[in-house]
Amino acid sequence: MRRWMVVAAGIFVGLMAIGWSGPARAQTANPSDDDVNRIAKQLYCPVCENIPLDVCPTQACEQWRETIRMKLAEGWSDEKIKQYFVDQYGARVLATPPAAGFNWLVYILPPVAILAGAFILFRAFRAWGRPRGVEEAPPVATSDDPYVAQLEEELRRRA
Amino acid sequence: MAEQTGVPVGLTEEQPEARRIRWGFVVVWIGVLGLLGLVAFKLLQVQQGPVGVGTKAPVFSLTTFDGARIELADLQGQVVLVNFWASWCKTCEQEARELEQAYQEFKDQKVTFLGVDYVDTEKEALAYLDRFGITYPNGPDLGTRISQAYRIRGVPETYIVGPEGEIAIVKIGPYGSLEEIESDVVSVLGD
Repeated sequence: MRRWMVVAAGIFVGLMAIGWSGPARAQTANPSDDDVNRIAKQLYCPVCENIPLDVCPTQACEQWRETIRMKLAEGWSDEKIKQYFVDQYGARVLATPPAAGFNWLVYILPPVAILAGAFILFRAFRAWGRPRGVEEAPPVATSDDPYVAQLEEELRRRA
Repeated sequence: MAEQTGVPVGLTEEQPEARRIRWGFVVVWIGVLGLLGLVAFKLLQVQQGPVGVGTKAPVFSLTTFDGARIELADLQGQVVLVNFWASWCKTCEQEARELEQAYQEFKDQKVTFLGVDYVDTEKEALAYLDRFGITYPNGPDLGTRISQAYRIRGVPETYIVGPEGEIAIVKIGPYGSLEEIESDVVSVLGD
């Protein structure tokens, strides 16, 4: 009975390990255009700026797509193929720039600008909502020190 | 007599909140100006155009398709012709054979030719070199570092570096004839 339990536990652990090993792509002999474009749309050729690789019509981009197809056929993962292009042509080929160096500005500036704008709007709306001519009453002196009390009284009279 | 309070008569001490806001504005303005400065700097860099004649040639390291490593700095004292090309570039084909002919003509005269393959794929690049019978050292521009250093706008572009490491000739576009290449190389050799 105990032996069966050990075997069952072993099978369970084995199945879990397979299940948790992450999505693995099978080596495809003939990757489809969709497979190629799945990676190509995440890349930009430096020659044709602002045109994603999956829709770029130039010969250079056609060669790049063939390279992706070849690497997929060799069983390379998406990430490994993208890294290959970065190594060959630089990080600027990536549609999403890596969060490093000056690239951090791309990620930090928009939320900072939105927060700053929200703060400015908040202050502006609060100022507009306050009735004109009505000022907050000065705080009443609460000090027990007669010198301080006299000083505050003097200041109030001068104001 | 009025007691001294540390605050001149007629002036009131600034509220701490107002002071905080003023500092906030200073920080925000410094940030905005810094960002504008950065953008201006990058824009100026982009609009500078290719490196000019008379300036120091940016040094680089080229790993050829054969695996050899060539450092421009090691070629001091020689005339170096650096040609940017790509297999997908039709106008590069116009000068490919002439560049090889010029290389054969000058290779024993302290002249080095280097081909820098810009944004290309190796299979097509090797086929291109084979098709035009090019034998001088050629290698990929890994990470587009060399083309960025020379701020090229496209291919083909050719830079002839003098023996002192300065840019002597900049040729944007393809050479029209072998004589034009010869003339440029001879003019730098003769200086």
